[in-house]
Amino acid sequence: MNIVLSLLAVIILLLLAFIGVDVAGWRYFFGVIMPMATIIVFILGMVYRVIKWARSPVPFRITTTCGQQKSLPWFKASNLENPYNIWGVLGRMFLEIFFFRSLFRNTKVGLKDGPRLVYGSTKWLWLGGLVFHWSFLIVFIRHFKFFAEPVPAWVLALQNLDGFFQIGLPIIYATDIALLAALTFLFLRRVADPKLRYISLAADYFPLFLLMGIAVTGVLMRYFTKVDIIGIKEMAMGWLSLSPTVPEGISSLFFMHLFLVCCLFIYFPFSKLLHMAGIFVSPTRNLANTNRIKRHVNPWDYPVKLHTYEEYEDEFREVMKAAEMPLEKE
Amino acid sequence: MSEKSKKPQEIIQTIDYKPPRKKWMDPAVEFRKGTFNYSASVDKLKYLDLPFPRKWQPTEDDWQLPDNWQEIIHKGFKDRLNKYRSFRVFMDICVRCGACADKCHYFIGSGDPKNMPVLRAELLRSVYRNDFTAAGKIFGTLAGGRKLTVDVLKEWFYYFFQCTECRRCSVFCPYGIDTAEITMMGRELLNLVGLNIDWICTPAANCFRTGNHLGIQPHGFKDSIDFAVDELEELTGVRVNAPINKKGAEILFVAPSADYFASPHYYTLLGYLALFHEIGLDYTWSSYASEGGNFGLFHSYETMKRLNSKIYMEAKRLGVKWVLGGECGHMWRVIHQYMDTLNGPADFLEEPVSPITGTKFENAKSTKMVHIMEFTSDLIKHNKIKLDPSRNDHWKVTFHDSCNPARAMGLIEEPRFVINHACNHFFEMPENTIKEQTFCCGSGAGLGTDENMEIRLRGGLPRANAVKYVHDKNDVNILLCICAIDKATLPPLLEYWVPEVDVGGIHEMVGNALVMKGENERATDLRGTPYPGKEGSENV
Amino acid sequence: MYDAGKIIIGLIIFLIIITFPVWYNIAMGKATYIPQLEYPVDAEQCVADSAYIRASHMDLLNTWRDKVVREGERVYHTPDGRRFEMSLSNTCMKCHNKKEEFCDRCHNYLAVDPYCWDCHIEPKELVP
Repeated sequence: MNIVLSLLAVIILLLLAFIGVDVAGWRYFFGVIMPMATIIVFILGMVYRVIKWARSPVPFRITTTCGQQKSLPWFKASNLENPYNIWGVLGRMFLEIFFFRSLFRNTKVGLKDGPRLVYGSTKWLWLGGLVFHWSFLIVFIRHFKFFAEPVPAWVLALQNLDGFFQIGLPIIYATDIALLAALTFLFLRRVADPKLRYISLAADYFPLFLLMGIAVTGVLMRYFTKVDIIGIKEMAMGWLSLSPTVPEGISSLFFMHLFLVCCLFIYFPFSKLLHMAGIFVSPTRNLANTNRIKRHVNPWDYPVKLHTYEEYEDEFREVMKAAEMPLEKE
Repeated sequence: MSEKSKKPQEIIQTIDYKPPRKKWMDPAVEFRKGTFNYSASVDKLKYLDLPFPRKWQPTEDDWQLPDNWQEIIHKGFKDRLNKYRSFRVFMDICVRCGACADKCHYFIGSGDPKNMPVLRAELLRSVYRNDFTAAGKIFGTLAGGRKLTVDVLKEWFYYFFQCTECRRCSVFCPYGIDTAEITMMGRELLNLVGLNIDWICTPAANCFRTGNHLGIQPHGFKDSIDFAVDELEELTGVRVNAPINKKGAEILFVAPSADYFASPHYYTLLGYLALFHEIGLDYTWSSYASEGGNFGLFHSYETMKRLNSKIYMEAKRLGVKWVLGGECGHMWRVIHQYMDTLNGPADFLEEPVSPITGTKFENAKSTKMVHIMEFTSDLIKHNKIKLDPSRNDHWKVTFHDSCNPARAMGLIEEPRFVINHACNHFFEMPENTIKEQTFCCGSGAGLGTDENMEIRLRGGLPRANAVKYVHDKNDVNILLCICAIDKATLPPLLEYWVPEVDVGGIHEMVGNALVMKGENERATDLRGTPYPGKEGSENV
Repeated sequence: MYDAGKIIIGLIIFLIIITFPVWYNIAMGKATYIPQLEYPVDAEQCVADSAYIRASHMDLLNTWRDKVVREGERVYHTPDGRRFEMSLSNTCMKCHNKKEEFCDRCHNYLAVDPYCWDCHIEPKELVP
C-alpha cells in the first residue's frame, strides 16, 4: 500500500510536468517559477528546521561512548570512538558523516538450534548507503557546470574522474550507474526484509521513487535522447542572476527531470531527509565525553524538592542515637 | 514465579523474527502475565508528590486517566521538545534504515516487532508527527501520524517499560539516535498522567526518605556494615574499620545499597572493606547517602535530581575531599553524565587525588567522583596492594560489561585490568556481546522484578547465550559484573539458561586475592567456600 | 547548552556552499554570458542540418572515427547524395577552422572535454 501510493505520487508528479509543459505550455512556471521557489523553500526550510533544533538546548552531555575512556595514562584512550577533546569529536563526526562509521558496525543476528544466537557482520546496508550518498553528492556537484560560468576547474576534474573509464559516447559516468544501482538496492532491501517492510512508511518509499525518477530522467537525457543543454544552462544561469528566461527548444523530458528535483528539494526540509542536517547536531555523537572533567550546564535547570540531612536526622534521630551513630543535634 | 514455569525450549520456539502481517500502526497490547509491571503504590507516589496517585492495574480496561489526559500529554510533549534537543532531533531524523532492529535484547529474545528500537521510538514519533509537524497534520496516517488514543497510551506503557535504556541501539544508529532518551521521555509523559510502575517508584520513594532504595533505616544500615566487618574478620582474621557518617574523613564512599543487603553483592562489599583497610584509606560511609544507584533515572529528570542531590550534600556536610563510587551500572550513568549538571558545581570538594599513590584523577576533576575500578587499577599499577590470583583459581571468569559504564563512560579496560591481576583464568565472551556492544542483563532501568519474569528471561537471552558460549568452550563458572542490578538479576537469568554459572563482582575477586597484613591463611573464599585441600580445616 | 555559535557557523557554511554558484558568477561577471559561435562565412552546406549537428555531432564523429579507423571506409554519403571525406581535420575543420571560436565556445560553456584532440593535432598549429 505504502509502496503503491508512493510510486503513484511520483508518477503523478511526472505526468504533471509533462502535461504542464507539453499540453498546457506552462513553460515559465516549470522553468522559472518552480525552480526559483524551490531554491527559496529549500534554503529557508533548512535554516528554519535547524534553528528550531537550536532553540532546544542540550541539557545533558549524553555522549554514546563506543571505546575506552580517557582515564589513567596506561589505558589507551580511543579518541575517535570516545572523544575526549575537540579533535576526537571532529574525527568522530568526520567518520560518521563521510564514512558512516556507526553503520559499519552493523551486525545481523540469527537464532540457531541449541539455542545459539549468532552475530554476523553485515555491511550491505553500509555499502548501499555509502554508494548512494557519495554518488548523489558527486552527481550534485557535477551539475554545478550548469550553474557556473566559467566552469570551475575542480568541477571539470571531478567530472573527468567520474568518467575515468571513457566508455561510451557520451562517456558514461560511474556515479550514474552507481546511483541507480544503490537506489534499487535500497528499495529492494526494504521490500525483501520482512522487518523493514513492516517498519517502512510511505515517507520511506516516496523519496526513493523520487530519486529514481530523477536519476532515470537524467540518464535518459544524457545517454538516450538529446536535450538542448546550452539552453538549459542559459535558463539555470538565469535563476541565479535573477534574469530568468525560458529558451525555446528544451524538451519536456528535461522539465520532468527538473520538476522532480524541485519536489525533492521542497520535500527535503519537511521530511526524514533532514537527517542530512540532523547528523551534525545529534548529541550522542557530537559531544566529547568530558563529563567529569568539565561541568556541563543545563540552562533550564530548576530547584526541586529535596530531602535534606536535617529532615532525615529529625526523622531518624532516636534510632541513630540508639545505634551510637554521630548526630548533628543531640 | 509461575512465569518461569515455561521451559527454555518453549520460550525459544516462540521467537520469530518475522513480523506479523498486521500493520504496526494499529495499537494492540495484551497485558499478559509475566510481560509487564504492576502499577505504583499510591502512598509511594504521594510521598514523592507525583501526580494523580490512584489504584489501577495495567490489566484493567479503565486506567482512570484524568479527564484532560490528552491535553496534559500534549503539553508535556511540547515542553520536552523545547527542553531536549536530543528529543526533537531524534523525533525528526530517523530514516528507518533498520540497523537498530536486531540490536535490542528484547527483540532478540521476543521477536516482538515493537521491541525493535525504531518502532519503540515510532510509538512516540507517530504522535509527534500527528501533533507537531505540518506533514502529519496534512497527510495524517499517510505521513506516519497517529492520534493519541487510550490504546496508543497503553502501548506506550507496555513498551516504554520494556526498554532497559541500555543504549545498545544507539551504538549502531548512523545518527546516534538513543532509544534510552526516547524511553526516558516516554516514561516522563506517562508519569504526567499518573502511570508509573511500582518497582521504580517504591525504591525511589524509599531512597528519598531513608537514603537507599531498599528503605533501610540508619541503624539497619549500620548493622549490615558492622555485620560485614564481623564476617570479614571470621574469614580473614583481620578486623577492619568501617566508619559511618564520619566527619572530616578524606573520602566519602558511596555504593549501591544492594551491596550491603543482597547476595552476591555482599561479597563485593567484603572486598571493598578488605581493600580499604589494607591500604589504610581514610574514608567514610554515609547512611544518608547510602545509595549510589538512582531509580530516579528510570523515572524522570526531577526524581533523578532529588535522589542524586544527597551525595554532594552529604560530601559537603561531612567535609570530605572527594567521593569514591562503588560497582554499579546506572549509578555511573547518573554520576558521569548527570550529577555535576544536576547538583553541581562541587566547588566545595577538591580535585581527586589518590592518597595512596598520589595519582591525580584528572578525568574526574570537575565532578570529583572516582570510579572504584579507576581507583583500584591505579593501586595495582603502582604495586600498592599485593594480590594472589591463585586464590581465585577455582573460578574461571568472564566479564559482563554493564551497559552504562560501557556506553555512557567508556570504562572498558579498567575492570579488565583489575580482573587480570586478581584472577588467573579470564575468558572474554564473543566480541559482539562485550564492550560497547555489550548486552543488557535484560532487567535494567527498573524492570528487575518477578512480575515481568518472562520478558526478563527473554531480554536476558543474548547475554545468557554468550555466557553459555564461554561456559561450553572454556568451562567458565562465574560471570563477573560491576553493576548492582546485574548482580541481582543475572543469577535467576543464568539459573534459567546456564545453571552452572555463578555471578560475582570484581571486588569480590580482589578481596579473595588480596594478601592482607596479619591475615590468617585463607581457608575459604569470601563466599565461605573452602579452598581445595582445606575443607573443614577452619571454621566456615 | 545551546552551542548557538557552532550552529550559526554551521548554517553559514551551509549557506555559502549552497549559494556558491551565485557568488561565483557575480565574481566572474559572466552570469549572463551565452556562447556565440563564429560560423564560417564562405562555406557551402554542412554535412547535415544544423539541428542534427547541434545535438548529435559527437555521434556522427564517433561513427566516422570507427568507420575510418576500424573499417577503412573513408567516404561519407549524405542522405541527399553528397559525398564527404570522413575526416575531422579535413572536412569539418576545413570550414570551421577556428576551434576556439567554434568548438570550444560550447564545449567550455558546458564543461565538455572531447577526446578528439587526444589524437588530432589542434588546428591552430596548421593555420599559419
